[in-house]
Amino acid sequence: MDAILLQLLNGLDKGGAYALIALGLTLVFGTLGVVNFAHGALFMLGAFCAVALRKLLTLEKVVLDTENLTAWGTPTEIRTPYVETWFGEFGAVLVNYSVPLSILVAIPVMLVIGVAMERGLIKHFYRRPHAEQILVTFGLAIVLQEVIKHFFGANPIPQPMPENFAGAADVGAMLGMDPNVIVYPWWRLIYFAFSVAVIAAVFAFLQFTTFGMVVRAGMADRETVGLIGIDIDKRFTAMFGLAAVVAGVAGVMYTPLLPPDYHLGMDFLVLTFVVVVVGGMGSLPGAVAAGFLLGILQSFASMTEVKDIIPGIDQIIIYLVAVIILLVRPRGLLGRKGVMES
Amino acid sequence: MTERNDGPSRRRVLKGAAAGLVTAGVAPTIITSAYAQEYRNKPTGDTVTLGFNVPQTGPYADEGADELRAYELAVEHLNGEGDGGMLTTMQPSNLTGNGILGKKVAYVTGDTQTKSDAARASAKRMIEKDGALMITGGSSSGVAVAVQSLCQEMGTIFMAGLTHSDDTTGKDKRRYGFRHFFNTYMSGAALGPVLSDEYGNERRAYHLTADYNWGYTQERAMKDSTEAIGWETVNTVKTPVGAGDFSQYITPVLNSGADVLILNHYGRDMVNSLTQAVQFGLRDKQVNGKNFEIVVPLFSRLMAQGAGDNIKGILGSANWNWSLQDEGSQAFVKSFGAKYGFPPSMAAHTCYVQTLLYADACERAGTFYPPDVIRALEGHKFDGMGNGPTEYRAADHQCFKSVLVVRGNANPTSQFDLLEVVQEVPREQVEYDPAIFGGELGPYEVAM
Repeated sequence: MDAILLQLLNGLDKGGAYALIALGLTLVFGTLGVVNFAHGALFMLGAFCAVALRKLLTLEKVVLDTENLTAWGTPTEIRTPYVETWFGEFGAVLVNYSVPLSILVAIPVMLVIGVAMERGLIKHFYRRPHAEQILVTFGLAIVLQEVIKHFFGANPIPQPMPENFAGAADVGAMLGMDPNVIVYPWWRLIYFAFSVAVIAAVFAFLQFTTFGMVVRAGMADRETVGLIGIDIDKRFTAMFGLAAVVAGVAGVMYTPLLPPDYHLGMDFLVLTFVVVVVGGMGSLPGAVAAGFLLGILQSFASMTEVKDIIPGIDQIIIYLVAVIILLVRPRGLLGRKGVMES
Repeated sequence: MTERNDGPSRRRVLKGAAAGLVTAGVAPTIITSAYAQEYRNKPTGDTVTLGFNVPQTGPYADEGADELRAYELAVEHLNGEGDGGMLTTMQPSNLTGNGILGKKVAYVTGDTQTKSDAARASAKRMIEKDGALMITGGSSSGVAVAVQSLCQEMGTIFMAGLTHSDDTTGKDKRRYGFRHFFNTYMSGAALGPVLSDEYGNERRAYHLTADYNWGYTQERAMKDSTEAIGWETVNTVKTPVGAGDFSQYITPVLNSGADVLILNHYGRDMVNSLTQAVQFGLRDKQVNGKNFEIVVPLFSRLMAQGAGDNIKGILGSANWNWSLQDEGSQAFVKSFGAKYGFPPSMAAHTCYVQTLLYADACERAGTFYPPDVIRALEGHKFDGMGNGPTEYRAADHQCFKSVLVVRGNANPTSQFDLLEVVQEVPREQVEYDPAIFGGELGPYEVAM
């Protein structure tokens, strides 16, 4: 029982990441009709917003100690972070909370990147075949990751979570079970809660605001919305920016779980596309549902008891489910009729 | 009266024997020399070109960049520039800082991308188009085995860079390939007794293993060495390479009854799995009345940087570390640090040493002719290169030297001071019978 609960928790936090990325991807596809293979790179860029902010916060004043030499004969360096020199303990708190603080940086940065990407490149491919959209966005993803590698190197860069959340929570004891049976990292629980909050916020935005209502109307019938005098293109551009922000903040919060490197986006790209296809192209609820479903299935498939019955199932489960879903429900779990069927 | 003797006279017998001896003695030399003129990329001018095949792009690009720095330093030292580095400590040495056999050393580079096909293509290009006489470098066993095989076919010596799988000098060994780096068997053999001393003999180990050739050999070595000290293996689980998130494989460890997690991972996988295992509270856990421990059999300082504080206190093994205090290591660290401003990685060390060993073998052989250089390297014993007395074993071209057992430094004095050396395990403890891994070296002479 405890093993099942642990895998369920694991599937939920994993699914949270899949759902967040797939949500943005679906927003772009549902509004602009673009298959954006650079969406994983947006997740990676968000993660590097956290890396950049931490680098900034940990910039150090370097004083050379000529009395103590390094093994290669140069003076040793005494390093003190500027923020701690300037702000004392508050500076240390800023460094400690650099990851959550990075969200404040990532939101405007990703919004600008998203809008620039859409206006500067992707809008020229709206009426081009999906194959061309895939090629150009995939190329863009490669360019973006090489730019990041140029500035940050190829190695993963660890991003510590705030010290208060560094340990593991005794979830079992919270649920009235024996202590120390179900312990789970605090940050993964936070990530799950964060993903649920962001998904809820996006749905609320689309459901309960006038802007969201227009966007939904545009997704259903772009031409009619245009005929009543609404500049739907501008709203769709804003949605591309919103999708970039969602991917970016998802990347920021993921950094303590997976030290980011330039390849982070590609790691998630294929997986997320499978999530979108299983959920149904263009369906936001489908993307979210499929994200959590596949996260949970992937987690359960990694259990020793399951692998003993079907060896290697952990590595193929997501693709196996995708094949089955597409055979049984070709439009995906919650896909709409007519999407990518022309 | 004349005496006629149609039989052999004493004089004719002596003449014939002398002629025979001269022919027997001189002819092979003439034939060998004549053949020696025919080898691929024989230097004809005043330079000799070496090919440095390192990952310049891809996940191991940083490691490749460090290898390239080491090669450039080695070339400087061979050409008599800089402070000479290990040329001053290598024993015995025929290197004088006058290039190799009086020819100035030049080099070309290739990008392995840590992909076997790309690595073979770049090695082939350097041999065929750039005239490289020797190929060296790389950061993975897959690449090493692929390039080594190509070099055997082309009659070009390959001095491997970072490659840790047993297969490189085991079932896939080649006459033209040489490995200075240690292997998974040696890691296991070095770590076993230290694990026994540190954690006792009644432990239950759970292995997470990268699902490819290196992972299998590392797991086998660690399983054998830990079971030999009385540990029980609870489970061995294969994990996909580049999985990123390993949490679904770590959760089953929590209540498995294991009190040690052995991560047979390298590179990003090691960074990610170790980070996540620590986040799951494994290091704060008590199981079977003992502190839960994590072991990483192959450490690299460059990778350790990616794991941050999570590396602290974790035991593993390494081929070399810049903190070693022997004369050779210090000379190399001084040269490298003065040129680049930071200490070299173990990948840089092995690449630097390989270049010098090749150059010295050419000097000792008195020729660049590959079969003669190979013979000069086979069974060669040397010292002053950072790991104590070392031998290039003739039977499999594996270097045998002391192996380092290291621990993540709990109190680093600088950003580079990530690993502390727990023990230098002597060569005798990590040596093995070459027959256990099979393989054939192949011929000295190859058709061009």
